[in-house]
Amino acid sequence: MFEKALKGNNYYWIWLAFLGTFMAIGAFCYVRQYHYGLGLTGMSRDVSWGIYIAQFTYLVGVAAGGVMLVLPFYIHDYKVFGKITILGEFLAIAALLMCLTFIMVDLGQPLRVMNVILHPTPHSMLFWDMCVLNGYLFLNILCGWVILTAERKQVAPPKWIYPFVYLSIPFAISIHTVTAMLYCGLPGRHFWLSAIIAPRFLASAFAAGPALVVMAALVMKRVANFDPGKKAIDKVVTIIIYATLVNAFFVLLEFFVAFYSNIPGEKHALEYLYFGLVEHGHMYNNLVPFSWAFVVFCIVGVTLLSLPYTRHKNEFWLGAGCFSIFIALWFDKGVDFVLGGFVPSPLGAVVQYYPTLNEIMITIGVWSMGFFILTVLYKIALGVEREIEA
Amino acid sequence: MYDSGKIIPGLIIFVLFVTFPVWYNHGDAGAVPKPEMPKNAKKCVLPVAQMRAEHMQLLLDWRDEVLRQGEWGFITIDGKPFQRSLQNACLKCHTSKKKFCDKCHIYAAVNPYCWDCHFARVKK
Amino acid sequence: MDKKRREFLKIAGISTLAGLGGTAVIDRLATGASPARARAAYEINSLSPAGQPKEKGPAKAAAKTSQRLGLVIDMRKFNANPGLAEKCIKTCDFLHNIPHFNNKKDEVKWVWLTGYENAFQEHSHYYRNETLEKNQVLLLCNQCDDPPCVRACPTKATFKAKNGIVAQDYHRCIGCRFCMAACPYGSRSFNWRDPRGGLDMKHINPEYPTRMRGVVEKCTMCVERVGIGKLPACVEATGDTKAMIFGDLNDANSEIRKFLKENYTIQRKPSLGTHPSVFYIV
Repeated sequence: MFEKALKGNNYYWIWLAFLGTFMAIGAFCYVRQYHYGLGLTGMSRDVSWGIYIAQFTYLVGVAAGGVMLVLPFYIHDYKVFGKITILGEFLAIAALLMCLTFIMVDLGQPLRVMNVILHPTPHSMLFWDMCVLNGYLFLNILCGWVILTAERKQVAPPKWIYPFVYLSIPFAISIHTVTAMLYCGLPGRHFWLSAIIAPRFLASAFAAGPALVVMAALVMKRVANFDPGKKAIDKVVTIIIYATLVNAFFVLLEFFVAFYSNIPGEKHALEYLYFGLVEHGHMYNNLVPFSWAFVVFCIVGVTLLSLPYTRHKNEFWLGAGCFSIFIALWFDKGVDFVLGGFVPSPLGAVVQYYPTLNEIMITIGVWSMGFFILTVLYKIALGVEREIEA
Repeated sequence: MYDSGKIIPGLIIFVLFVTFPVWYNHGDAGAVPKPEMPKNAKKCVLPVAQMRAEHMQLLLDWRDEVLRQGEWGFITIDGKPFQRSLQNACLKCHTSKKKFCDKCHIYAAVNPYCWDCHFARVKK
Repeated sequence: MDKKRREFLKIAGISTLAGLGGTAVIDRLATGASPARARAAYEINSLSPAGQPKEKGPAKAAAKTSQRLGLVIDMRKFNANPGLAEKCIKTCDFLHNIPHFNNKKDEVKWVWLTGYENAFQEHSHYYRNETLEKNQVLLLCNQCDDPPCVRACPTKATFKAKNGIVAQDYHRCIGCRFCMAACPYGSRSFNWRDPRGGLDMKHINPEYPTRMRGVVEKCTMCVERVGIGKLPACVEATGDTKAMIFGDLNDANSEIRKFLKENYTIQRKPSLGTHPSVFYIV
């Protein structure tokens, strides 16, 4: 089926070349980092994880979010989602490959990564994360490919694939739960040490992943005549709104616990993220704009998606609403969550992190790679769709 | 065969390419390296042939026994006590990495990562 | 998909799974067999200190060990001997070839001084007495009995040795820095760049390796010295000032246990349940 990805109009190739350029720049920057070490990034002894791990965390959510398009179709027999289920599965593949790449570029000794399998360590959450991420990747490749092939032949998918489809649903939940457990099981990091991290991750995942699918569907409607159906989009948008609100609710709960209990350690990270933290007469507030951008974009996004005019009448505003949600949750999880957890340090120091240009270019390179894969996969899915119609 | 005009030259080019090192060096593998043996020691941990073949495995075993299993006991070579350690045993007799270790490693084009951390003492 | 291809994929899938399982078994057998083969060739004298436990078997994440080596750091003695703490740090830095870079971002440290309010965040900071206000506290790895870093490490590169020391195997570390996020004491450093760039290679300790870039390191309570019956370097540097007392916390008759019985000591962040093996008198 890969041949479907090799035929496209000029826009398709220009888009791929555009992404390819950033992939090449990212690869070049990674070679630099590989030879010098992670000292080329902005990370330090006190903020030992940076935007790589933050992107990883966010993209695990995007991958898990795909399940919101799979679950209604297979469990509730919600036929309307028939055309977009495959988009959810292919989105998960692209997002997971980005996740794994972000882990790789973050490792100090990437060539030793197989040590995780060579010396399996069940008491480490990272070991389980590796298991579920690779498991979910495998399941999505398997299910996506088999079902698409069946569709192409216009026969029912083989029966043996269904157990894998059903298995992929708890796996989607597990990837984000285990990713949350990377953080929420660490003693001494108050911001992360919260039992609602996993549900909060899932809530934002179920908004961010589908939001990206809606945006992609709207783009494909314009450039490739693909119509997922108004009813399907409408239902997905409803899911996005609720998930965003649940995520906002969880964030507010974190605020309540920290500020009502008045425990300094609980408050510090939130103060640093939303208001700035004063230490020895110096104000540290480099993440405050991101935090408020999260709040603003959440409100804008939910409003755009809720108002009947912007939701039903105008596709531009519908897309803008989804984009707002997608970027808002990126500010929350792809920036704030990981970086905020390191402030203050275990020794009470406030150290701010700024990514370097090299680091940013690698990050953009990996994102480009993800969109490249996503484009190719969606192109294949559309090609099959087209073939059936013809 | 279809396209034999393309396949056969292609195969020839491929074979020439992968055998490049052989014919570039005229089939000569170069002089066998002669690492310099220590002058003040006669015996090593294991017989020469075994050392030649298995020294890396020995070092890996030492690493795991000493560091991970915590067996810090000494071994006796030629009546003298030694720690099981690359830096504090091997390099005590084989004092020059350049004249001993590197000789064969360069010849065999291996680049063991030992030297990223362990080092032979720099002569003052 | 046609029938043949499906059959092929089925077989391929099953044999791949079998292959993965099979290699694991072979690996297990190989690692089990090779030390025995190599060990048969030479003999290990027990020059190691008496009382070294002899039982075999891989150490579990936080398995109780028969020995639990620990430290008491008596800041009163350090305060009475100005320069003593710096001497400890210098000794450690030299013996372990710890690099020094002129920037905070690349910093690597095993033993260092910091303010009381940073070291003991759970204790009261209001109206501190002059001694605490004026003096700094000597910090190093707490050698926890239930170390969160060991729990987090995905490769067992950091592990609890038989004598209770939390050791670090630089050969195995993949540099994921999960342990740094897990450590509630900020005891771990990462080699952001080649550490040899921060060392004068002509004046380093030839008996100890440097590290490579991309691995995590920390104070190992001189596991390499303790193993052959020496004191940790910082303890030795304090001489007979008794500023640091080193010993086995599991041995009721040890000097350290006697000292703990007779003195009021505190630990860093005891509420986290990590059970530090380093005690302080401030």
